[in-house]
Amino acid sequence: MLELLGNHTVQTVTLGAVLLGMVSGLLGSFAVLRQQSLLGDTLAHAALPGVCIGFLIAGTRHLGWIMAGALVTAVIAALFVQVVTRYSRIKMDAGLGAALSVSFAVGVVLLTYIQGHASASQGGLDSFLFGQAAATRPSDLWFMGGVTLAAMALVALMWKQLKLVTFDPLFAGSIGLRVGVLETLLTAMIALAVVVGLQMVGVVLMTAMVIAPPVAARQWVSRLEHMVFLAMFMGVVSGVVGVLLSAGVPNLATGPVVVLVASALVTLSLLLAPGRGVLWSWLKLWREQRSIGQRQMLVTLHKLAEHHEDPYYPVERSMLDSFYGVATGHILRRLQARGFVVPASHMRQEGPHWALTDAGHNEARQELERMDWNQAGV
Amino acid sequence: MKREKRHEPDLALHIEDLTVAYEGKPVLWDIDVNIPPGVMAAVIGPNGAGKSTLIKTVLGLVKPTAGHICIHGYPPRQALKRVAYVPQRSAVDWDFPTTVVDVVMMGRYGHLGWFRWPGKRERRRAMDALSAVGMEAFANRQINQLSGGQQQRVFLARAMVQDADVLFLDEPMAGVDATTEKAVVALLQELRDQGKTIIVVHHDLQTVRDYFDWLVILNVRVVAQGPIPEVYTGENLRKAYGGRIALLDPDSSGETPDAVPREVVN
Repeated sequence: MLELLGNHTVQTVTLGAVLLGMVSGLLGSFAVLRQQSLLGDTLAHAALPGVCIGFLIAGTRHLGWIMAGALVTAVIAALFVQVVTRYSRIKMDAGLGAALSVSFAVGVVLLTYIQGHASASQGGLDSFLFGQAAATRPSDLWFMGGVTLAAMALVALMWKQLKLVTFDPLFAGSIGLRVGVLETLLTAMIALAVVVGLQMVGVVLMTAMVIAPPVAARQWVSRLEHMVFLAMFMGVVSGVVGVLLSAGVPNLATGPVVVLVASALVTLSLLLAPGRGVLWSWLKLWREQRSIGQRQMLVTLHKLAEHHEDPYYPVERSMLDSFYGVATGHILRRLQARGFVVPASHMRQEGPHWALTDAGHNEARQELERMDWNQAGV
Repeated sequence: MKREKRHEPDLALHIEDLTVAYEGKPVLWDIDVNIPPGVMAAVIGPNGAGKSTLIKTVLGLVKPTAGHICIHGYPPRQALKRVAYVPQRSAVDWDFPTTVVDVVMMGRYGHLGWFRWPGKRERRRAMDALSAVGMEAFANRQINQLSGGQQQRVFLARAMVQDADVLFLDEPMAGVDATTEKAVVALLQELRDQGKTIIVVHHDLQTVRDYFDWLVILNVRVVAQGPIPEVYTGENLRKAYGGRIALLDPDSSGETPDAVPREVVN
C-alpha cells in the first residue's frame, strides 16, 4: 500500500485528507460539545444549492465559484437557523431540520435543472453529492491549507473565550463576552470546514467528518485541549487510511470509505475506552458481581461455623452448591487464593470440604458490620 | 464613560421603571428595585414571577424593553468586573471535558486580556477559593465526578475569584444536600460581612428569615421590598403567591407569621 504514496494523485488526495481531518476534528469538537452536531449536517446540505449557483454564474465547473457559492448558501442557512430559533418558538432541532431539507431540495432541483440544460461542461457536478476525491488538484490544497491554518489560529488565539462560551454561555455573557458574535464565528468556521470537505466527501456524508472524530476522541480523554488534539489526529487517520484503502482497491469511492473508517474509530472508542467504554462498564459490573458472591460465601461459612460452635468447622462443598443453587467451586478457589478459606477433609467417603481461616473470619465479621451499618443508614 | 455622572452611587443595585418582555408578553412590568450595599438579599416569588429574568437582565444577558439599571452607580456594561454570577447548576453540561480547578479559573477570564491564557497566578487564586469552599482535594478531578452539592461549591468558588462587589446567585440551594446548603449560606454571609452585596434567587420560603436580611418579593411587579422584618409578612406573601401558599398561621392580621409558610406544590 505504501508504494501508492509515490503516485502524484494519491499524494495530493492524501494531503487533502490530512487537512480535512485536521480542520473538521478541530471545529467539530466545539460543535459536538455545544450539542450542535446537526449543524454540520445542515451546513453541508445547504451548500448544495450554492454549488449549483456557483456553477451557473461561472458557466463551467470552476472550483473557486463553486466553493464561494457553497459558502454563501451554507452561511445563509446557518443565519436562518439562528434567527428563527431566537425570534420564534421553533426549537433548534426543528430549525436545523427545516433548513436542511429545504436547502437540499432547492439544491437537487437546481442540479437536475443544470443536468437537463447546460452543456457538456456540467459533467460531474453531482460528484459533490458523494464527493470525488480524485478530482482534488494541487491548487485546491492551498485553499484547504489556508482554511485549516485560519481555524487553528482562531482557536489558539481565542481559546479561553471559545471554551467558556461552549461550557457556560450564560456565565460567558455575564463577564461581557459577546456570546452571539463568538457563536456566529464558530458557525462560520464550521461552514468553511464543510466547504473544504465537499469536494472530497460530498454534502451527504460531510457531517460524519465533523461529528465522528470528536465523539471518538471524547471517549479517551477528559480535557478539552486533549480532546481537540485527539479529534484532529483521528480525523487525519480516517482521512489517510480511507484514501489509501480506496486507492489500493479498484472501484472504491474515497469519501464513503473515509467516513467508514471514522465510524469504525467511533465504534472502537465506544467499546474500548477506559472509564467510558461499554466493555469497561461490563468488566466493572462483572467484578462487582464476583465480589458480591465471595462476600456472601464468607458470611455463610462464618455463620455455619458459629452455629456449629467450631471456628474451623469444615463445610462440604455439595452442601454449599445446593444452598446457592449454583456450583460454588470457583468462588471457593478464589477465596482460597486470597487466603480466606482452606480445603479440609472430614470423612473419606464424603466430597471435598472447606473451612474458614482466621483471616476469613475477620473479613466476614467486617462484612457483617458493613451490612449492619448500611441498614442503620437507611 | 468617564464624563458620565454616576446615578444613585450609594446603592449596590438600582433598578428603575424596568420592563422586560418575551415575545410581547411582559415578564417584568415597570419595576423599581433598590438594594443597599452590604446586605444579603433574597429574591422570592412564585414560578414565572420573573426572578431569573431579573438577574439575567441586570447582568446584560437579556435586553430590557424599558427602564434602566445601575450597579454601584454604573450601567451594567461598565460594571462587568463589579459583578459575579452563579447560574443555575442545570445551565451547563457537567460532562464537559474539564477539571474542577479549570472551571474555577474561568472566574478570572474577565480580568485577563483578550488573548492572555490563564497562568500560575490564576491557578493559585483558584486553589485558594477551592479551599475556602472545602473542595481543594477535588481540584484535579473531572467535573463529571461531582455530586450536586460539590458542583454548587465549585460554582461558588468561581464567583469568589471574580473579586466582585455584587454577587448574583440563581437558586444556589436547589437540589443540594443540607451540609452544602449550610456551608454555602455561611460562605455567603461571610462575604456579606466583608462588605459585599449578595443577591440570591431563592425558592424555599421556610429559610428566608434564617438566611437573609433583605427581601424582594416579586410577581411580575414588585410586591414588596426592604429589610426582612418589615417585608416578610403574611399579607405580602399572600399577595405574591395567592392561593398557592398555605400559611400555617391562623392569625391573618398581616403580622409576621409565626408559623412557617409552606408553598403548596400544584
